[in-house]
Amino acid sequence: MWIPEKIKPKFWDHEDVAAGPRRHLFNFRRIWKLTVLLSSVVCLVPLIFMAFMDYRVTREAMESEILLRTSRLVSNTQRTISFFLAERKLALDFIIHNNTFESLNNFNNLKIILHNLKESFGQFGDLGVIDPLGNQRTYIGPYKLEGKDYSGQEWYEQVIRKGIYISDVFLGYRNVPHIVIAVKRSLSSGHFFILRASLETEKFDHLLSELEMAGKGDAFLINHDGTMQTPSRSHGKVFEKMPLPVPDYAPKTQVMEIKAPDNSLLIVGYRYLNNTPFILMVAKNKAELMEPWNTTRTQLLGFLIFSITIILMVILGGATYLVNQIYLADQRRVMSLHEVEYSNKMASIGRMAAAVAHEINNPLAIINEKAGLMKDLFTLKKQYAHDGKLLDLVDVIISSVARCASITRRLLSFARQMDANVEQVAIRDVLNDVLSFYTKEAEYRSIAVTLDVTDSVPDFPSDRGKLQQIFLNLVHNAFSAMNDGGHLNVKVRYAEHRPLIIEVADDGCGIGEEDLGRVFEPFFSTRTQKGGTGLGLPITHNLIRELGGTISVQSEVGKGTVFTITLPLETNRRLA
Amino acid sequence: MKDIRVLLVDDEKELVSTVAERLILRGIAADWVISGKDALEAVKSQTYDLAVLDVKIPKISGIELKKKLEKRCPAMKFIFMTGHGSQKDFSAGAAEAGAEYYLAKPVDIECLIDRMEKVLEK
Repeated sequence: MWIPEKIKPKFWDHEDVAAGPRRHLFNFRRIWKLTVLLSSVVCLVPLIFMAFMDYRVTREAMESEILLRTSRLVSNTQRTISFFLAERKLALDFIIHNNTFESLNNFNNLKIILHNLKESFGQFGDLGVIDPLGNQRTYIGPYKLEGKDYSGQEWYEQVIRKGIYISDVFLGYRNVPHIVIAVKRSLSSGHFFILRASLETEKFDHLLSELEMAGKGDAFLINHDGTMQTPSRSHGKVFEKMPLPVPDYAPKTQVMEIKAPDNSLLIVGYRYLNNTPFILMVAKNKAELMEPWNTTRTQLLGFLIFSITIILMVILGGATYLVNQIYLADQRRVMSLHEVEYSNKMASIGRMAAAVAHEINNPLAIINEKAGLMKDLFTLKKQYAHDGKLLDLVDVIISSVARCASITRRLLSFARQMDANVEQVAIRDVLNDVLSFYTKEAEYRSIAVTLDVTDSVPDFPSDRGKLQQIFLNLVHNAFSAMNDGGHLNVKVRYAEHRPLIIEVADDGCGIGEEDLGRVFEPFFSTRTQKGGTGLGLPITHNLIRELGGTISVQSEVGKGTVFTITLPLETNRRLA
Repeated sequence: MKDIRVLLVDDEKELVSTVAERLILRGIAADWVISGKDALEAVKSQTYDLAVLDVKIPKISGIELKKKLEKRCPAMKFIFMTGHGSQKDFSAGAAEAGAEYYLAKPVDIECLIDRMEKVLEK
């Protein structure tokens, strides 16, 4: 996975090769991935599931609402139209029962009745009385239809059979869409006669087109063959074939979803109007009806995406922070392990040095005394000739012993100071001790070492062993950084009531700016190929902190490095 | 300095005998023994002004020996030598004898004589 350097967490490229068989415990990248994956699954799965459920439920609720509304509209419209037809049918029923065959056959009477009907209801176009043989006996209307024989016609058969007939819409001679309603009156004598009226259907059109409907809604009547009986907005004109399939008969209002010829989805509600040849249809465009749903859906999706983004950000940030903290804690743990290891090592070295020094000291003392005695004999006893050459040899032995003794003494004093111990310390002595270990190397490599200590520096309570380790590390680093012929300056600055300031300055290779901030980090070393452990400076840093001091570094590549240490002159509570 | 008598105690015979011989060459009467027991024996028959003790001798420490010798010869002065350098040892020895009379091996003979003079002047 590629990650820009800037945001890459510290643990990302960490590899603990020394962790051994339990290495997987320290694979921080794996821990991070696992944390992110688990948290994401636990947080996002329920969220996405809930969002999906909500999406479905909301959509279904909206759809069923649309169906319900359509169904209600169809029912209401059906009532209006049925009522319209029933009213007129009942009016005719009343007229035929209220008048005898004779009085209806009276031209003037019938004319008055038609006039009254027109006055009361409008729409009535003509009125005719038909005798049982099917002949129209009297006719009031715009045509000459008196005497017309209807026997054998389908409507005539039906009105005899059922007592009522309502026709499909047709144009007729006047070219005006209308329907015919015919009612029959049976007389006690077994005879019957029929009253037949035509009605203009303009009123239907008006009733249906008045309906205000959402979603390009359309309400119209068709007959059982699917022929349009009233005009529609988008499903054809009167007498055209409806482009949709004719719905199956159902006694009640039905709503269904069908595909229009142009592939758009339609919500269609219909109702077979009882005792008429009509089917009331209401068709709406589903896409338009679902328009508000689109807004809701967008909001829902937006909320989901927003939530997922926030959750992922929190998970990523949180996991990175936590794993980084674990990583840092682990680094500190490893660091202190190494510190313990290091101080154990130093202690063992100290003990070994002490043992060696002690073992060597006794034979050294014997050599010293024997050589001293030889010299004494040469100089004090007359029987041994004064031999200048022998005397020189003895002197060399004695001076060599003195050199050995100074080494063993230094080793012993070094070992003595390995144990934690607060005592009055003279910084000059500590620095002299440390630098004396490097006198020979400095000579071989022509490195000029200067120690500049102000005379007024007082002794102060501190841990000599720790101070020695601190300066040994710094001087060792300086010697590693310098070429032959370099300069090492150790300077102690003192001002009353201020911490002691010690500068260790070399003119070695220096530290690059990018590495300067990391030199006190454990396992950071630019000398890994040359035996650097990356622990010297971190341990030095820790030791100084334990003494209550601080360390800082200034460096320039090619010019050298200055380590500045401050040490408190008052007793530090941590030391006590 | 010439009329004093010194007792040297160290388990290293070669060392203690040579030091004694060198002191004798310089006119200082010096006897040497290699154990605490011998030292306690020696003070029975001879009076010593000064004892030079190794801090570590077998069976008895230099400090303990000093205490025993002090009981028998209250006027006796002491100088300590050590080949060891543990902090405990050093502190104890220095506290008992005074850091000035506590010498680390190998010891320079002139330095030893110088300290002997100083301790006797006290």
